Amino acid sequence: MIEPGMEFFLDPSRCIGCQACYHACAECDTHRGVSMIQLEYTDRAASPQTVPVVCMHCEDPTCAEVCPADAIKKTADGVVQSALASHCIGCMNCVLACPFGVPRYLPELDLMMKCDMCYDRTSAGKRPMCVTVCPSGALAYGSRAEIEALRRERPMNSFVFGPQVVQTKVQMMLPVGVQALEVDITAFMTSARETTTSSEAESGAAA
Amino acid sequence: MPALPQTLAHLITQYGPHLHDTPPGGWQGRESSDRLVKTHCCFCGVQCGIQLKVRDNTVIGFEPWEDFPVNRGMLCPKGVKRYLQGSHPDRLLTPLIRDANGFSSADWPTVLDHVTDHIRRIQDQYGHDAFAVLSGASLTNEKAYLIGKFARLALRTRHIDYNGRLCMVSAGAANRMAFGIDRGGQPWSDIPLAKCLILAGINIGECFPILTDYIWRARDNGARIIVIDPRRTPIAGTADLLLPVRPGRDSALMNGLLHVCLARSWIDYDFIAQHTQGFDEVRQTVASYTPERVAEITGVPAAAIVQAAEWWGTAPTAMLLHARGIEHHTQGTENCLACINLVLATGKIGKPGCGYSTITGQGNGQGGREHGQRCNQLPSGRDIENPEHRRIVAERWGVAETDLPGVGYTATEMREAIHRGEIRGLLCICFNPLVSLPDAVYTRAALERLEFFCVIDFFMSETARHANVILPGSLHEEDEGTVTTAEGRVIRIRQAVQPPGLARPDWEIICDLARRFAPRKQFPYACVEDIFRELRRVSRGGLCDYYGITYEKIERQQGVFWPCPDHAHAGTPHLFDGGTFYHADGKARFHPVEYRPPAEDVDADYPVLLTTGRVVAQYLSGTQTRRIGPLVRQYPEPLLELHPNLAASLDVRTGDQVRVLSRRGAITLPCQVVRTIRPDTVFIPYHWPEERSANLLTIRALDPISKIPAFKVCAVRLEKVAA
Repeated sequence: MIEPGMEFFLDPSRCIGCQACYHACAECDTHRGVSMIQLEYTDRAASPQTVPVVCMHCEDPTCAEVCPADAIKKTADGVVQSALASHCIGCMNCVLACPFGVPRYLPELDLMMKCDMCYDRTSAGKRPMCVTVCPSGALAYGSRAEIEALRRERPMNSFVFGPQVVQTKVQMMLPVGVQALEVDITAFMTSARETTTSSEAESGAAA
Repeated sequence: MPALPQTLAHLITQYGPHLHDTPPGGWQGRESSDRLVKTHCCFCGVQCGIQLKVRDNTVIGFEPWEDFPVNRGMLCPKGVKRYLQGSHPDRLLTPLIRDANGFSSADWPTVLDHVTDHIRRIQDQYGHDAFAVLSGASLTNEKAYLIGKFARLALRTRHIDYNGRLCMVSAGAANRMAFGIDRGGQPWSDIPLAKCLILAGINIGECFPILTDYIWRARDNGARIIVIDPRRTPIAGTADLLLPVRPGRDSALMNGLLHVCLARSWIDYDFIAQHTQGFDEVRQTVASYTPERVAEITGVPAAAIVQAAEWWGTAPTAMLLHARGIEHHTQGTENCLACINLVLATGKIGKPGCGYSTITGQGNGQGGREHGQRCNQLPSGRDIENPEHRRIVAERWGVAETDLPGVGYTATEMREAIHRGEIRGLLCICFNPLVSLPDAVYTRAALERLEFFCVIDFFMSETARHANVILPGSLHEEDEGTVTTAEGRVIRIRQAVQPPGLARPDWEIICDLARRFAPRKQFPYACVEDIFRELRRVSRGGLCDYYGITYEKIERQQGVFWPCPDHAHAGTPHLFDGGTFYHADGKARFHPVEYRPPAEDVDADYPVLLTTGRVVAQYLSGTQTRRIGPLVRQYPEPLLELHPNLAASLDVRTGDQVRVLSRRGAITLPCQVVRTIRPDTVFIPYHWPEERSANLLTIRALDPISKIPAFKVCAVRLEKVAA
């Protein structure tokens, strides 16, 4: 049982894309070399910004709702588990339906696996492995009071996907005071024009 | 020696790099380990605490070490996957001697006799200084101390230097000049107390990932973050201000910041008067560095310069951190001094939440430069040309002062001396110069000129392929010792496993060799701690005073900051409390810095600036990390980063092959078109060898003071390669 009051917080604005979480997840003895975390650039051409994707552990998990084999269970403390090997038929409904794109189908096992918030660790009073190694605080685990005392960002767990509103156990941290982000380095420079190397560059940039 | 003993393909088949992915013994059953060993990561200067999971004398995985105060369990991907190096199939398990067909295994007595004979032959024929030693800043303090003593007393050569010459020597020289001591002034726990942070040429997110947490905590406390870098690195992604400096113009930018602080009276005249010397010359020098002029030199808008100066100058507490970005220049020392001028003039040092540090890139970047493996230094940072320092060290080593050689060549100058035929033989440990030195063609030619070349390493590095003899040494987890982190904290490295096969701990190999050249009483150690006890005694009263540090105290306190002069002393986390510095008068020194352009600037033939650096998944020359499968797949090959404006001028898109040419060489790489780099600059990470080596392009121009190469700026031309 996860200690009551302990929550998982996700703050992509702090993510530095190092992939420590991705690699540490793959060390797990239950999914052996396969990471349940995805870490992606939002748009590498424009920014170094990356986003770690862990299971959000929905209150009404879409993956479980669409599972025809009733293979996806939620624990009493709100953790959505990987598919039961004895039930999973490998249909990938969950992979297609999850609004966050989390479940993975492993063909070699014919089984869906996903982040289970390191239930072996969290139910024993430890932090999830990805949170423990994360060097930037993009992934955090603790009480709401702790995180609110330390950070200006505020937790949020309601996601609107068209008509579907999803409430999650995992909290997303929202930045404060952000109005606009400059994404092109030239916005920080004297002039992009004077630093290009040839007239072709300028015409290319204009085009 | 002729080129390679076998074809490259054959060498790679036999010795790698191969990729290793699976824990020894497989993924199953790793829950049952014999023990967890609390030690540290073997990579950067942060030296994160980590617990290695050991079973049957093999490291099979890791567990976070959440009680270690610096990283509290945090790791970067290199730390997570480092355990895969131990059981690696490429591991060198026997001594190797080169013969007509390649390398043959040999036993230790034979190979040590062989090495001894060749060293003697060269030294008898050409003199002691014809044999040189290259060592490294990833070695423990004990090994750094030992290899220095080995070179001076056993080989009696003056030529010993280390790969820190490519790393932190510009900052080290500036620290000594300004503060009289070469160490960061405050622990990292002060970073979150700063209300303004300048991060100059320091890609924290990729090179020191764990320090990101300290930066974000400062931001949580309301700090302004100012990043100076020609690239928008991950740490710059959400910074308050980015100053995208044109490579090679850092001192001008720093002078500009100080100019604005002077004009707006954001200067601490009391601090200057009480704790410093030489401000008037600096004031006169920076008078001409108006924001407009600096904008023209650096490509940073004048308004941004004024804004940065305002945030820095008016912040109650502020800290400036930098790394190789401003140090790898022919003006590396000057760039650091220009930073220090700003810090001193605004009084942002010597009090909580204030300070200045370089963050060293190598595991023992700090300790590696303290214990006598540098060409100009004896243990405890003592000056090899200072008669009193020589006398003290000679006395404590039990030799005559005249037995100590004088100052030798730096690592970068040794290569020139090999080309001149002045150095004929070389012993290399913990250094892969063929990948890490600039102008790799010139390095290869130097290695091929050597009459005898001996390498101590655990893998067949690109450099080791050119050796006559390779002695299989120890990995970080196969030996005891201490390391001094980039914040000056001395920590314990624990042996988790025994070296495999015939491989041996490095210190035993060096001692065995030493005893063939010098009396045993000079190398009497029975264990690593014996070396540390001697290091402590020799350091007593020196600048880097370790006398009061013991293995027991390190474990009890989770690290000890030097100086620690006696047993009752807890160590010195804050060096400059109250504005006391380490020159004889206790005052810091200003040094006026006039901006000079880089050694090689752009012109019509080579119109683009090249800057080099690291990626998060790789470490230095990649000898270890290019063998770890998950890390290689994270960033499989070097990419040429360039801005869309520049890409458009070449008509290339992400993934297209681009030929990069400099006056030294040419390489072809796939490109990555990103708006996160200046359009006049391209970036290539340097971790790879051979035809993908960024150092085929870089220039071997040196900083006149530190002799660091200008890895961060040279001129190149780009050509699209037809698909």
